[in-house]
Formats: sequence, structure tokens, C-alpha cells
Amino acid sequence: MIRIITFLSTFLVFAFGSAYADPKKVGFIYIGPPGDHGWTYMHDVGRKYMESQLGDSITTTYLENIPENADAVRAIRKLADSGHDLIFTTSFNYMDQTHEVAKDFPDIKFEHATGYIQADNVATYSARFYEGRMIEGHIAGHMTETNTIGYIASFPIPEVVRGINAFYLAASKVNPDIKMKIIWVFTWYDPGKEADAANTLINQGADIIVQHTDTYAPCQAAQKAGVYAFGQASNQEEFCPDAHLTSIEDIWGPYYAERAKAVVDGTWSSGDTWDGMDKGMVVMSPYNTKLMPASLIQEAVNMEVGIKDGTIHPFTGPIYNQAGELVVAEGEVAPDGMLLGMNFYVQGIDGEVPQ
Amino acid sequence: MNLDLILGILQIVLIATTPLVFAGIGELVTEKSGVLNLGVEGMMLVGAVSAFIILVITGSYFLAFFVSILSGIIMSGLFAFLVLFLMSNQIATGLALTIFGIGLSSMLGKQYIGTPIDGLSPWFFVIFSFLIVFLVSYFFYKTKAGLILRAVGESHNSAHALGYSVIKIRFLSIIFGGSMCALAGSYISICYAPMWQEGMTAGRGWIALALVVFATWKPERVLIGAYIFGGVTILQMNLQALGLRFPGQFFSMAPYVATIIVLVLISSNKLRIKLSAPASLTIPFYKGR
Repeated sequence: MIRIITFLSTFLVFAFGSAYADPKKVGFIYIGPPGDHGWTYMHDVGRKYMESQLGDSITTTYLENIPENADAVRAIRKLADSGHDLIFTTSFNYMDQTHEVAKDFPDIKFEHATGYIQADNVATYSARFYEGRMIEGHIAGHMTETNTIGYIASFPIPEVVRGINAFYLAASKVNPDIKMKIIWVFTWYDPGKEADAANTLINQGADIIVQHTDTYAPCQAAQKAGVYAFGQASNQEEFCPDAHLTSIEDIWGPYYAERAKAVVDGTWSSGDTWDGMDKGMVVMSPYNTKLMPASLIQEAVNMEVGIKDGTIHPFTGPIYNQAGELVVAEGEVAPDGMLLGMNFYVQGIDGEVPQ
Repeated sequence: MNLDLILGILQIVLIATTPLVFAGIGELVTEKSGVLNLGVEGMMLVGAVSAFIILVITGSYFLAFFVSILSGIIMSGLFAFLVLFLMSNQIATGLALTIFGIGLSSMLGKQYIGTPIDGLSPWFFVIFSFLIVFLVSYFFYKTKAGLILRAVGESHNSAHALGYSVIKIRFLSIIFGGSMCALAGSYISICYAPMWQEGMTAGRGWIALALVVFATWKPERVLIGAYIFGGVTILQMNLQALGLRFPGQFFSMAPYVATIIVLVLISSNKLRIKLSAPASLTIPFYKGR
């Protein structure tokens, strides 16, 4: 009797096993907690979207608060060792660690966010956030009364520098008198320090706060001081309704679903994806109708349309560097290579990029 | 430079430094009694999250701070029980307390992340932080109880021989330290950056620990040291915003470098270290020996 049951159950397992392939395991490495309402939060929203799209064909795991040091190697290796088929590492400084582990696991697919080095099993992906920075700059140029913009920057990597330049180019176009005050805080995530930086900028006369860090502390500080702010990575309007003009939202879901589907289908191949507003990877949060004039909102929406159809590019020449050298000629647009390695300020921004 | 700008900078420095003063003075009292508690960061986080949760649930600032301090007492009480009664290693237990606090606060706060609250004005706490430093200083150097506490930290065997309860005094010192750390945490989540985010103290507990060494275990110097640490951070932000070339990375590590320099200085002269560091620091006390 027992033998029959054993036989039957074995048979059933095999029958089902062939009918339903094992779900693919997809892992994520997060730099912060999914609740930061910023960068990591949006990756987690993307992960959930992927789950909802692919249903039972995948299972997902994530490891949060992984520092960008040797700990990241252990975390990535842990996911690789536990049978994950696809691993997303969602911060720029996981680059070396991702490649180190990827070398040892040629059959596992890796996807490194905002990176620029690929391998056979390591693809890179990022979003053209600078398109959103251009719109923010345009809005700020119109909205500022003190002609002073406060910009909270995290680390001096091309991604951040590109955002500052795109913002300034657009802002100075509508308002040539505009001044940028930039504070590098050397952290992605420290609500106290982000608030200090915002308050320092406001104290020095900035009436619009722009941030490239992960929490809504700067926006809160702006609300308290009665000035305007742009949110970061996700719509932060509920935390600072009287300050929040708009945010650049990172929409990762469709990309994650597409890549996971490719792994399920066995069609995944390495590559570099850098999508923007046209593919819906960068989206502007609803513009604040209480604070912004309707005409300005219309201009911003028109810019979105222009960016989507390719008639507007944030880095259209002539663009000069701080030394006054022409880096992008009149009528041309900056090539992706220059944007990806951008480590200089454009003419008109004071100070220099920390090295 | 006009007056408004300078006053503004001063305000930001005061608001940013207050949590360091609370945590630093709490840890100083604990260390003065001869116990090193490395759990500052963990107790701050649990204090921060419990204040936030209670504020969201009840809407009462008083209850929020009350429960937060209670959480600090419980956390440090747990530590005190382990190191005083079970004689566990203070360094290892303190580190474990921090790791435990980080995990516990994340777990408790999970569903409260991103809940908007109305922040409380920081000024009462800023003034209170000065007051508490002077009270502790007065207690240490002008009262008999303070003298006894210091004696316990210097030589627990002598204090014991004189009939003082070493365990009881250390227990109370640890509890005081814990409640101050929790207060520092709740100040961060309610006044300084009104929100709950995992790990939001972002290393301030470690700076507070460094501060005690930097201050060579003197209360007024904790205040001075905290304002040097806090002031330097805000000053460099101001210089950056003014467009001056400034190595911001350097100032992120400045508190730790300063602490190492002080450590070198005070250990270069054996007499000086004897005068400052409590002689029984981290040494467990066995009754009846």
C-alpha cells in the first residue's frame, strides 16, 4: 500500500513538474529600505509590478539596506547561491561587486542599474532622468523670485552632475540671472543631513530646493520655510503639499517585467538600456495647480511632448564648459557617451565638481 | 555676511547638534560609572520609532516622548541586566544592542514609514539640552551622589569596600544613558526631520560615542565637542553653497579623525589618561571579591 502511494505521489510530482516549469527566481539588491519613498521605493514598486505581470512564472526576493562595499558582494553572492536566475543590483556603486559575482556565475543573468559596463551576463539599464531635470529647471526659472536655486547633490557621479547641468541649462535659458547653490552631502540617505542642507540653502536665499538624495526631508524643510521644492524619484506631494511643484518619477516596472519575461522565455541577452520619457521610464508627477500658473504647466506639458517626440533635447548646443570651451556645437545634441561620463559643470555654475 | 545669515546658520547648528548633546551626555554618565554601552545607535533608533508610532496613534507629543524614554529605559535595562548580573562582555553586548535596535526599530516602524506628521518646534529641547549638561556637571562635581558615581567608575572595589552598591549605581547610570539616547532619537523623528525612516539616525549614535572620548569624559566638553562636530558640518555646507572650493568628503569624516587625534593625545601622557578615562571602564564587577 505504502509503495503504491509512494509511486503515485512520485508520478504526480513528475506529471506536474513537466506541466509547470519551476518559477524563475528574481532577486533585487536595494541600497536603502523600500519605504524611503524615493529611489528604493520606486524599484520596489517596479518589482511588484513585475510580479503582477508575470504571476506564477516568477518569484521575487529582495535584500534591503545593502551598503556599497564588500557587503554587497556577499549579498549578491547570497542571491546567486540560492538559485536566483536574474538579479537586479539597483545602485551605481554596486558596479564592481556585480561584475565580481557575475564572473563566477555565468549562467545567472545580472542587471546593474545606472552602470556603464556590460558583460555577457551583465546588462545595464538606466533612465534619462535628466529629461525631467530640464523640465524642473524650466519651471524653477519661472517660479524663483530670489533668482537663487538650492541644489542638494549626493555623490559626484555623472548621473548627478548631468542632472545639475540639465537643470541649469533650462533654468538659465528662461532666467539668465539665475544662480545655483550646490551642496554635496556625500550620502544618499540621511534625513537629518538632507534637512540641514535644505535649511542652509534656504538661509542663503534659495527659494526653490532641488534634491538628488532619497528622502522627503528637503521637501518638508522647504514647506516649513515657505519656499518651493521638487520631490525626488516618487511623487512626494503628500508630505509637502504647499512646497511640492512636481517630482521626477522613476518607472521601472515595465522594464523589469520585460527582462524577467525574457529570462522565463530563455531569450535574455545582455545590453544597455537607457530609456526616457518616450518609453515611460521617466514620468513627471502631477504639476501642482495650486502653486503654478496654468500657462507654466502648459509649457511644461509641451516640453514633455517635445522630449518624447525627440524635438527637444536638454543638451542642445551651444554648450560651454566652465573654462568657456565649446563642448557641444550649435544645433547639435550631446552624444550619449559624453552624457554618461559627464564630470564637469557647464558655464554659469559656480564652484567645481568635487573629485 | 549679514546678521540674518549668521543667525540663520546659528539656528541650523543648534537644531542639528542637539541630538548629539543628548546622546553624548547620556553615554558620558554611563561611562563615568565604569560601563561602556556601544548600543547608543540602537537605543536612539528604538526611541525614534516608538515616539513616532505613539505620536501617530495618540497625537500626543507628551505621550510620544514619555513612551520613547520608557523604551530607552527598557533597552538599556536589558543591557544593564546582561552586563551587570550575567557579567557579559560590555563591548559585545553593546554592539549586539545596536544591531538589535536597528532590527527592532525597522520591524516596529514598517507600517509607519511615510506617514505624515506635524513636527514639533525643537527649541524647548535645544534649551533643555544645555540645561541637562549643566545639571550633570553640577551633579558630578558638586554633589555627594555624583562623587560616589565617579568613585564607582574609577575603582569599583574601593567603592564597594566603602559600602556603596556598585551594581545599583551602575544600573541607574545605564538607565539614565538609555533614556537620554531615546530622547535624542525621538527628537530626530519628531522635531529635527519629522518622519520615520529606517536607520534615520544615520550614524549619530557612533558620533556621540566618539564625542565622549573627544570630551575626555567631561560634561561641558561634550557640549563643546558636539558643537564643534555639528558646527563644522553646517559650516562646510555654507561654504559649499557660497561656491567655495571645499572638500566635503573631508568634513564627513572629520568627527572621527578628531576623535582619533584626541585618543592619541590623551594616551601620549599616562597621567592625562588616568585623569580623564574612568579607570574601571569596561571592567566587570564581581561582588564579594
